[in-house]
Amino acid sequence: MGFVTTFLSLVVLLPIAALVWTSGKHGWHEFWTVVSAPEAVAALKLTLGAAVIVSALNAVLGTITAWVLVRDDFAGKSLMNAVIDLPFALPTIVGGLTLLALYGPASPLGINIAFTRTAILLALMFETLPFVVRTVQPVLLELDREAEEAARSLGASEARVFRSVVLPNILPGILSGVALAFARAVGEIGAIVLISGNLPFKTEVAAVFVFNHIQSGDQNGASAVAVVMLVIAFLLLLAIGGFRYLATRHERHA
Amino acid sequence: MRRYGLRGVAVFYLVAVLLGPLAMVFYRAFERGLHPLWSSLTDPNTIHAFKLTLEITALAVPVNTVFGIVCALAIVRQRFPGAGIVNAIVDLPLALSPVVVGLMLFLLYGRTGWFGSWLQGHGITVLFATPSMVIATIFVSLPFVAREVVPTLRELGDEQEQAAHTLGASGWQTFRRVTLPSIRWAVVYGVVLTTARCLGEYGAVAVVSGHIEGKTETATLRVQDYYENFNQAGSYGIAIVLAAISVIVLLAMTLLRPKEEIA
Amino acid sequence: MSIEVRNVSKRFGSFQALDDVSLDVDSGSLTALLGPSGSGKSTLLRIIAGLEQPDSGEIRLAGEDATVVAPQKRGVGFVFQHYAAFKHMTVRDNVAFGLKIRKQPKAAIKARVDELLGLVQLQGFGHRYPAQLSGGQRQRMALARALAPEPKVLLLDEPFGALDARVRAELRTWLRKLHDETHTTTVFVTHDQEEAMEVADSVVVMNEGRVEQVAGPRELYDAPANEFVMRFVGEAISFDGDLIRPHDLEITLDAEHGAREAQIERIVHLGFEARCELTLDDGEQIAVQMTRTRVAELELEPGQIVLVRRPGVRIGRELPNVLG
Repeated sequence: MGFVTTFLSLVVLLPIAALVWTSGKHGWHEFWTVVSAPEAVAALKLTLGAAVIVSALNAVLGTITAWVLVRDDFAGKSLMNAVIDLPFALPTIVGGLTLLALYGPASPLGINIAFTRTAILLALMFETLPFVVRTVQPVLLELDREAEEAARSLGASEARVFRSVVLPNILPGILSGVALAFARAVGEIGAIVLISGNLPFKTEVAAVFVFNHIQSGDQNGASAVAVVMLVIAFLLLLAIGGFRYLATRHERHA
Repeated sequence: MRRYGLRGVAVFYLVAVLLGPLAMVFYRAFERGLHPLWSSLTDPNTIHAFKLTLEITALAVPVNTVFGIVCALAIVRQRFPGAGIVNAIVDLPLALSPVVVGLMLFLLYGRTGWFGSWLQGHGITVLFATPSMVIATIFVSLPFVAREVVPTLRELGDEQEQAAHTLGASGWQTFRRVTLPSIRWAVVYGVVLTTARCLGEYGAVAVVSGHIEGKTETATLRVQDYYENFNQAGSYGIAIVLAAISVIVLLAMTLLRPKEEIA
Repeated sequence: MSIEVRNVSKRFGSFQALDDVSLDVDSGSLTALLGPSGSGKSTLLRIIAGLEQPDSGEIRLAGEDATVVAPQKRGVGFVFQHYAAFKHMTVRDNVAFGLKIRKQPKAAIKARVDELLGLVQLQGFGHRYPAQLSGGQRQRMALARALAPEPKVLLLDEPFGALDARVRAELRTWLRKLHDETHTTTVFVTHDQEEAMEVADSVVVMNEGRVEQVAGPRELYDAPANEFVMRFVGEAISFDGDLIRPHDLEITLDAEHGAREAQIERIVHLGFEARCELTLDDGEQIAVQMTRTRVAELELEPGQIVLVRRPGVRIGRELPNVLG
């Protein structure tokens, strides 16, 4: 136990302390000025906006994919299931490169979205694809299918069965996946750095902002935005914990 | 009808976002023939980059494996207040941007950082050198083994361990003979995930390494380097090596995955 | 509503669950589908409900072909062995579900739910969640839920199988009483022959996807159609080349024509009755059922050698010639 706390303190807590201290060392007012600088605000807005869009898309597409993997059966399903984990296995920079190959300049499909905000969305979709799928799958597997049959026997249409019986039970799973995807989307750099062009005020995400400002020696600017990202990460972790609690609430009543 | 619609959506989604692009990378790498590909891959700096990536991985994975197992044991077996907080801290690297991680290390070990002057005084270089890259990689790949082992340990229950104790086994013996074999596959799966994460790390090492060609460039940094210097064959070349490794990792993940995920 | 099953077959992979099954269920009756695991009884029930589709054959409900009608539209209430409760809804919401689907007015729903909760004796539990109820309570809730939309047929799939013996007995009686009051056509599946005999008007004995016999409980016991039915419904022993019931044998101490020697291995006292397990002179194990008074009269003890005989064929009822 002691080993764990020492290790964690050294590896995780100490660096966090350094960041928080640095960003706050000139006082709140200074921090606020830096963080509300136009470029910083633009980067944060872009990042959060993209994260929201991508999370929403994942909620829908990820659930559909999980549904197909659990309830449907067809040749190639196992392959499809394995492929889902690709973004976890592939280096992010390679991920960005693969998207560039198909959707960048010299795209065989004639679609060139390099240096656009769409590119950012696409890169984030790539990197966050597995999250909702993987959090929803186990929940779908555990569902009491007979409850759905009971609903049907009571007259509920398929849509109603999904809405009233399935969805309430998979919702915590979806939300956990969304929170993880959101966190990933906010922090992503590798997949974005090649395809987005990193144009300030246009396609510069928060992570790239931080990177550029470290390179240019602006530790204050970098730290300020980094702290915002840190806070967001913590909040998301809290949310995920909350969703986990929610998921088991109906079992715990007894 | 609805079934085909859903299936179609899922398949299209995966092909458009994952498979299509992946196929293109392989195509692009070989597009201009084998020679430019080969010369980029055998360039001494590239070889050094691969070596460095492997070195860092070889250091980070065992460290995080040991930590992961010990941490999981502490969280699950020793009910102490604050287990929830420890859990959250361990999960943090999953939610946090790697660039922020890099910055944090920069602020600790950089010349103007907390340890900066002390390190300089003792002639130890951390930043812009391998040590910081190792630390960064340890940070970002921290959670995986722990996260896989914790649920397995929980499910296992400690009855077997109690039985071992009543039979006279010491703590270490119990661990080695009873606990470890039971969590073996969870550990292996966690190690696979950790390794993949280490091999693929970009954001944090980009900040702390200084991108010094031939010295502090990992394979992932080199991909970017080649691309920005218009050496497409080179960057795609490294990319397919990394992609090929990823496919092997993916295979390992699929075979070792702890639970049934498809009906 | 009457149910007609015509030549229904169903196979799962290489397993033939139902093999050309035909059956009539009278409107207003209480029927049991009885059989061992794998006999096809649950499959048949689910096909009647529309939760499975037969490979061939027809289901007619109230004379109309319902074979391809969706379960939503069949007007059947279904009760599952493991309750299938909507665990994220309260008891009230569970019971009200079918009524909400039919968009009934709130006041009417509330009244009906109150009525049903009273019927199943769960008044006061309306705001709890299924996880807070015992197994028996959950099943009562499931019954109320199925009954709420006034189904024309009530189907129950091993409804008491997951409950302990005492609760099972209570609910059995309760189901019989409910049927007597409502006269809804009811079909339930069970592997427990005692349950079928106690509750149902008519019992359908099934085995390996086929119907072996359809009869009332008494006829089933006294005039089984074949060896399977005889062995499944009540106990059967072979004696002198025939298959008979344990209480058709008699223990006597007087030597008589046709009586055979046997040694008592064990005497089991089952409340009012007693059951003697004996080994015949040829080594075969048999059992004789008798009242405990009789055991006391004869002063029977384990280890004792006695004589066993079969009193003559009773008038009016022929024993089946089941062994060749």
